[in-house]
Amino acid sequence: MKDIGPVADLYRTELSRFEREIAGTTPAWMQQLRQAAGTRFADLGFPTTHHEEWRHTDVTPIVKTPFLTAKRGPDIAKAELEPMASWVGAGHLLAFVNGRFSPSLSLLKRLPEGVIAGSLEDSCVVSSGLLEAHLGQQAQYDDHVFVALNTAFLKEGAFIYLPPKMVIEEPILVVFASCANGEATVSHPRVLIVAGSSSRATVIESYVGLKDDLYFTNAVTEVVLGEEAVFDHHLLQQESRAAYHIGTLAVHQGRNSTFTSHSLAIGSTFDRSEVHALLAGEGGSCTLRGVYAATGRQHVDIHTRIEHAKPSCTSRQLYRGILDKQATGVFNGRIVVRADAHKTDARQTNNNLLLSEDAVIHTAPQLEIFADDVKCTHGATVGQLDRDVLFYLRSRGIDLEDARRLMTHAFGSELIRLIAQDRIRNRFTELLSRWASPSHSESLPA
Amino acid sequence: MPDPILQISDLHVATAGKEILRGLNLTIRAGEVHAIMGPNASGKSTLAYVLAGREGYQATAGTIRYEGKDLLIMPPEARAREGLFLAFQYPIEIPGMTTLQFLKAALNTIRKHRGLEELDAIDFLALVKERAQLLDVDVDFLNRPVNAGFSGGEKKRNEILQMTFLDPKLAILDETDSGLDIDALKIVAGGVNALRRPDRAMLLITHYQRLLKFVVPDYIHILLNGRIVQSGGKELALTVEERGYGWLEGPDTRISEEKAAP
Ligand SMILES: Nc1ncnc2c1ncn2[C@@H]1O[C@H](COP(=O)(O)OP(=O)(O)O)[C@@H](O)[C@H]1O
Ligand SMILES: [Mg+2]
Repeated sequence: MKDIGPVADLYRTELSRFEREIAGTTPAWMQQLRQAAGTRFADLGFPTTHHEEWRHTDVTPIVKTPFLTAKRGPDIAKAELEPMASWVGAGHLLAFVNGRFSPSLSLLKRLPEGVIAGSLEDSCVVSSGLLEAHLGQQAQYDDHVFVALNTAFLKEGAFIYLPPKMVIEEPILVVFASCANGEATVSHPRVLIVAGSSSRATVIESYVGLKDDLYFTNAVTEVVLGEEAVFDHHLLQQESRAAYHIGTLAVHQGRNSTFTSHSLAIGSTFDRSEVHALLAGEGGSCTLRGVYAATGRQHVDIHTRIEHAKPSCTSRQLYRGILDKQATGVFNGRIVVRADAHKTDARQTNNNLLLSEDAVIHTAPQLEIFADDVKCTHGATVGQLDRDVLFYLRSRGIDLEDARRLMTHAFGSELIRLIAQDRIRNRFTELLSRWASPSHSESLPA
Repeated sequence: MPDPILQISDLHVATAGKEILRGLNLTIRAGEVHAIMGPNASGKSTLAYVLAGREGYQATAGTIRYEGKDLLIMPPEARAREGLFLAFQYPIEIPGMTTLQFLKAALNTIRKHRGLEELDAIDFLALVKERAQLLDVDVDFLNRPVNAGFSGGEKKRNEILQMTFLDPKLAILDETDSGLDIDALKIVAGGVNALRRPDRAMLLITHYQRLLKFVVPDYIHILLNGRIVQSGGKELALTVEERGYGWLEGPDTRISEEKAAP
């Protein structure tokens, strides 16, 4: 993994420039965190396909492209972001352009006493203790070079805090919009969510490209759930079709907490999305449902790891992939059951639909079970569109193209329809249906 | 005499390398209701599928004319758009697609083809409610994935519901009566009778004559071993009920008798 070459040097140069620029503007602990992560980044270097975790995902294009740290975004008009944000209604909106918080594009509503949902940087002043306690704790940068890189540039981001027992019905939308303007740029979005015991909230993280630009998004999200907290998470990946996206979602769950995540990945030319959930208290429940759809030469890689550390926790993973043309996909779902995590109930299912002969999927479950008295099941399927169903649709007058489109959409819809909130479910449905429409390989996600 | 909607001449059809239909002739004119009766494995569904254009059913000889045009070169969707409708013996499940979505997609495609405007959501729902009531279909089940977890009777009623939506010129009902209790049978028969029109023809495929008490055909044909061996009026159904199919078997029709269930 060593020998990281000129681009790693570039990142190091960028890092020192960055540190000089922001000298003295962030708390000392944050600067130390950045430094430790920066050192770790240099030690780790970029992975090659010899690295087990990166066997089917080659990061060479990222390593070879001299991405520069994104400048404060070109001022984008509210109208440009509107289609990416207004669907959720008039809820709380945190908007970022090229990783930088944009107060003017955000919609900061009055929130109940004690709730924080704003810029991480602003929160450093009043909530430094909270941030220090949690940032970098869930997303481990020790063994993950991209998390290390993100952490080395840690300064801005989104911070959401819910005091104990707080219930917020309206979803909070966090949009990371990118717009490279002809220069290959990189941003390192960071989200920290701390949900107090018995709190309840819904958050949507949305990554969107505003133009068909080449850029690199290297995101990290950390979620900490207190006892009995109930948290609904949603992730929309609609990056530009020329973009690279690497994202890590790290979740720490307290006793009897419930975490549910729905993701939809349709954008970017390259997507590596990881979820690491730690069921750290008894009785926790973690549900991950995701749909990934790729076409052309897109590559999409989902890596999950659910760790059952305590007894009587439940985990469910349900991922569906749709791969067309020469697209390649990877699903690697790991379930770890630690020695004293008896009465674990873990299930994992991955179904894939291949729409072309050239599309490829690598799917592999990874089970590491060190406890007795556990229920762990996994299953993976790879298939084509059902010919009988195709005929049934055609026998009703629907032409072949439309029949394929409808069936493709139906395949993903089976997961999407499980989203609890109407608006979010409708948005996911609409985006998938747009993806499945005949011109999907040419059109920009909007 | 009205023009023929369907003209089948000397049709031979093979599936999985085996010849199933072996020289079938049949003409159906507008306004007529025909029934095809025959024991299991006589080739009834094979005829239905070759008419609807299912892959794997190869017409090796003979012709099928539909409103004068060569049906065999038309893709399945073109046949449907031109008014051919098959109610499946075994309706197919579509996970992830609700019956409403399915109906809407089918209806709007056919409307578009016929130069009509697409129905908007409100008109569509109103139409669905009216038709569903007619067939005693619970509107709730229209929000469930097509045929998934439906009982046999629900699936059959769903087929007839689709038929009422697509306004066919030639409706082929493949054993729509099997698996229905008497109440459901009456409802389905009522739905079918309501669709009888001078410009529309029907082909009822059935094993038993049960359905034919409620939907009385103009002609009945007996299919045995891939050929129509007897044609007649509605009274033929009673003969079949009394005597079964055995009396019709000539020396050359006995080949696959051992496969035929009672
Ligand atoms: N797809 C198929 N593959 C192989 N054999 C088939 C297929 N479809 C029908 N057959 C055979 O063709 C014969 C006629 O079947 P079918 O048309 O379904 O009869 P029916 O509807 O009268 O019961 C049977 O022997 C059946 O096994
Ligand atoms: Mg049959």
